[in-house]
Amino acid sequence: MDLQALLDNRVEAAAIVLFGIGLTTLLLNRNLIRKIIGFSFMDSAVFLFLASEGYIEGRTAPVQNILSARPAGAFVSPIPAGLVLTGIVVSVSVTALMLALTVRLYRHYHTLNLDEILHLARREEE
Amino acid sequence: MKADLDRDLVSSLDEALPEESHLDSGHLHRHDAGVARQDRRLAAGENRAARVSLLVYRSISVLAALAVILILLWGVLDLPLFGRGNNPVENEVSLRYLQSGLQEGGAVNLVANMILDYRAFDTLGESNVLFAACCTVILLLRRIQDRESAVSPLGEASPSALPEDPVLALGARVLCPVILLFGIYIILNGHLGPGGGFSGGAVMGAGLILLRNALGTERIGRFFSYRTFRRAVFAALSFYALSKAWSFYTGANRLPSFIPAGTPGAILSAGLILPLNIAVGLVVCCTMYGFFALFEKGDI
Repeated sequence: MDLQALLDNRVEAAAIVLFGIGLTTLLLNRNLIRKIIGFSFMDSAVFLFLASEGYIEGRTAPVQNILSARPAGAFVSPIPAGLVLTGIVVSVSVTALMLALTVRLYRHYHTLNLDEILHLARREEE
Repeated sequence: MKADLDRDLVSSLDEALPEESHLDSGHLHRHDAGVARQDRRLAAGENRAARVSLLVYRSISVLAALAVILILLWGVLDLPLFGRGNNPVENEVSLRYLQSGLQEGGAVNLVANMILDYRAFDTLGESNVLFAACCTVILLLRRIQDRESAVSPLGEASPSALPEDPVLALGARVLCPVILLFGIYIILNGHLGPGGGFSGGAVMGAGLILLRNALGTERIGRFFSYRTFRRAVFAALSFYALSKAWSFYTGANRLPSFIPAGTPGAILSAGLILPLNIAVGLVVCCTMYGFFALFEKGDI
């Protein structure tokens, strides 16, 4: 791998590594709360990636100045900001939904371990 | 009962390997303890096979995660350089938003122009996702609370029954007005600078949560009950939907608004953006507080 290219795109690379950490957490833990934490890691990684795509060096946030209007070349792209906003709202909703389902599962099976829950559920079906 | 459940929740969170230690732990809340013991005996026989398959599963998942990271990093190599202006992302769409946003939308904050004027339909969908999630959480957590209280009328040690902590209460009394005022400022300032309905609503929701924790549920229930929640969210969402439907009906392009455009930079400017920001802020504030209340007590 070309290390220089990775160093130039270090924010994106960090986002990818964060995504991988979240994915590993999701796969390796059997505790449902930890799986949700891993999922939130992956969400944050996607937001970091999107936000870094919109950044342009030396430009400011897209807020116009009333007294002296600045040209479009003075601002960073506003589109990733809007996309990340959408993403954060959806991620909050999904996290709340997952936690609520976990609470219900815990009240029914008295455990947070996914393997045990599956085991108990299979025995209930029989 | 609730304290037991909480302790159990904490302990199963703390366990590094919940499966094995949970079976051995003393506070096993299973109704069919005999069956569990039999299971354990069976499990001892299958222990070796289970351990091997666990090891295989773990190594495969680590390898899969590493492969995903490497493939994505390989993709990063081909991305345009970070922070340069000639990215293909910077195309005519963002240029249009930046160049003519102020004339067409009227808001100084060009991001607010984008999310509440050009792509307001998107934001309506976003608010509805939040609303739908809150409805589902209500469905999942509210009903079970009723059933539990019907089965065991024993009073649970809810936080409101605890004696008031003077430090927390005084701190909340001092802080909460400031936090709520700051949230309102962010919402009302959304078209003039960084801010808007989502961030301001989240700040206000946090203020309400602090108030609830410090002063108890009864006192906050005086001005924010389940009925208030329903009415506020319904009013905000239907106002948003109706105003956007009206603007789509009238052509969706340079809508001839009955709201005077005002001078850009004044607080009463930018047409529909300020009312829409207030509606979004209401929805976000109510759902944030609602999530917390539902998870804490099962009721708003």
